[in-house]
Amino acid sequence: MKLIHDTWLIFQRQALLQVREPAWVFIGIFQPVLYLLLFAPLLRPALAPLGVTTEAEAYRIFVPGLLVLLAIFGGLFKGFGLIAELRAGIIERSRVTPISRLALLLGRSLRDAIVLVAQAGIVTMLAVCFGFTAHLGHILLAFLMLALIALMTSSISYGVALKVRNEDTFAPLMNTTSLPLFLLSGIMLPITEPFAPEWLIAVARFNPFYWTVEGTRALFAGNIADSSVWQGLLITLVLATAAIFWSARSFARSVR
Amino acid sequence: MIIETKNLRKSFHSRQGRKIKTVEAVCGVDMAIAEGEIFGFLGPNGAGKTTTLRILATLIEPDEGMATIAGVDLRREPGEVRRRIGYVAQGGSTWDEVSAREELILQARMYGISKTEANKRADRALEVFQLTEFADRKCKTYSGGQRRRVDVALGVIHEPRVAFLDEPTTGLDPQSRAHMWEEIRRLRHEGMTVFITTHYMDEADALCDRVAIIDNGEIVAEGTPAALKRQISGEVVTVGLDGEISTASEMLETKPYVRKLEICEENLRLYVEEGATAVPQIMRTLEGAHLMLKSITIHRPSLDDVFLAKTGRSLREA
Ligand SMILES: Nc1ncnc2c1ncn2[C@@H]1O[C@H](COP(=O)(O)OP(=O)(O)OP(=O)(O)O)[C@@H](O)[C@H]1O
Ligand SMILES: [Mg+2]
Repeated sequence: MKLIHDTWLIFQRQALLQVREPAWVFIGIFQPVLYLLLFAPLLRPALAPLGVTTEAEAYRIFVPGLLVLLAIFGGLFKGFGLIAELRAGIIERSRVTPISRLALLLGRSLRDAIVLVAQAGIVTMLAVCFGFTAHLGHILLAFLMLALIALMTSSISYGVALKVRNEDTFAPLMNTTSLPLFLLSGIMLPITEPFAPEWLIAVARFNPFYWTVEGTRALFAGNIADSSVWQGLLITLVLATAAIFWSARSFARSVR
Repeated sequence: MIIETKNLRKSFHSRQGRKIKTVEAVCGVDMAIAEGEIFGFLGPNGAGKTTTLRILATLIEPDEGMATIAGVDLRREPGEVRRRIGYVAQGGSTWDEVSAREELILQARMYGISKTEANKRADRALEVFQLTEFADRKCKTYSGGQRRRVDVALGVIHEPRVAFLDEPTTGLDPQSRAHMWEEIRRLRHEGMTVFITTHYMDEADALCDRVAIIDNGEIVAEGTPAALKRQISGEVVTVGLDGEISTASEMLETKPYVRKLEICEENLRLYVEEGATAVPQIMRTLEGAHLMLKSITIHRPSLDDVFLAKTGRSLREA
């Protein structure tokens, strides 16, 4: 009960801050929209080897990747905000109160997950304008997966931010770790035969985001029964839980 | 005793190139603070005041030693300690984009206070800390002194038994400082024990019931301001000279009315029984030797003199 009460308090405050700075919601979707405008037109011919013949089919492959990209990058850079809060003394002020340490993290990560779903909604709507179609129920399930990814990546980001505590280390660290994760997830182009060499497929299978992209793609293609859907959901759920616990421990631990 | 500490120690290790540098921030602090006191921690920059406070506020674990706060063991039950204390950090603690009222309500609710009660407390705190006028403006628009008042109001909104205030008056103008002192006295009147740090000796003197002087992580003197000053008996005469300080000090050192003599920058400080009778004699001696006297002042010993006597440095220059 206390956990829910405390999480709600932190969530409310974080949501209020977001509402007062709504620009960030739109800055966040700027990149995906650019991809949609400037990159997506290349896709139909490029994806022809996969049997893609229409724009709609191309979008069904590309849009899920784009949304996962939004979730990964949006989440991984949330730590910047926390570093600012650390510097302003807000984290220290929270830590001397009896508030639940897990709530300090959950309140923030849940806010991030909800913002991400809103952003994903906007991007999806735009894609629909360009000719993308999918089943609503499947999209909602895909959004659940995206929310889990955002919970995971933002928790990791907060945990890392608490450890490194300054932007100059945090930014390159996040950039270098997110690039291989991004490339090995098949976001831009599916890492499947006949595109990808076998070794690349083998390596990508170790990347959890590969599975989430596969799962989201299956959902958008209407293959809800595909095994990649439950695999993707399960993997993100497990990793999100692990990330939350790891990061909450950082909040609890006495730090400098 | 509401706060008792035994042999608290904390060192920091920081890497400088290959070498690991160790700073002993707190080295063996023993304190006993009675309930309902305003206790002052007086010391220069880097003395270890903040580190000690952060240990007592459960933010860092001491390397050694133990402490009990309001009957709770700090190491064993930090969560229980948090329920009983309030803490105001030296550097402030507010979000830029929210108002003082919103901050106060959230802070009260983080302590489990109900929504309606939190609203009431926020109203009251805004009033007593004179924040009403800008209560609903964003914190980023406040002046430094206004922010400081918000910080302190946040630290005591839940009416803790012990409040730790790290330099509550730094950055305040004389009027706001006097007002903050009033507030701190009011907190004591309501039964709160208040532990403040300061590097203003006039503040320690005027506000605190008891003072501990800390330097290089160690408590060098402790007691009521009056008792501390009594250790420096008599009066202090400060003589300003145009050079030739050492000559003057040699001449005066041997005089029977001079108990102790210290060279302090451009000045000589003489501890004497009675300033009024010592001054003419000092002037005669110096003029006899043709030394140019620039200024001469008599004052009763201050906490600065206590600090000087214990550490050999003045708090002003430390
Ligand atoms: N996290 C840290 N890492 C390394 N050294 C530290 C750390 N925190 C404090 N110190 C060092 O410990 C010593 C005591 O610092 P502390 O902040 O307790 O001083 P203070 O008495 O509060 O000083 P001030 O009046 O300037 O606030 C200083 O030498 C400081 O540099
Ligand atoms: Mg300090």
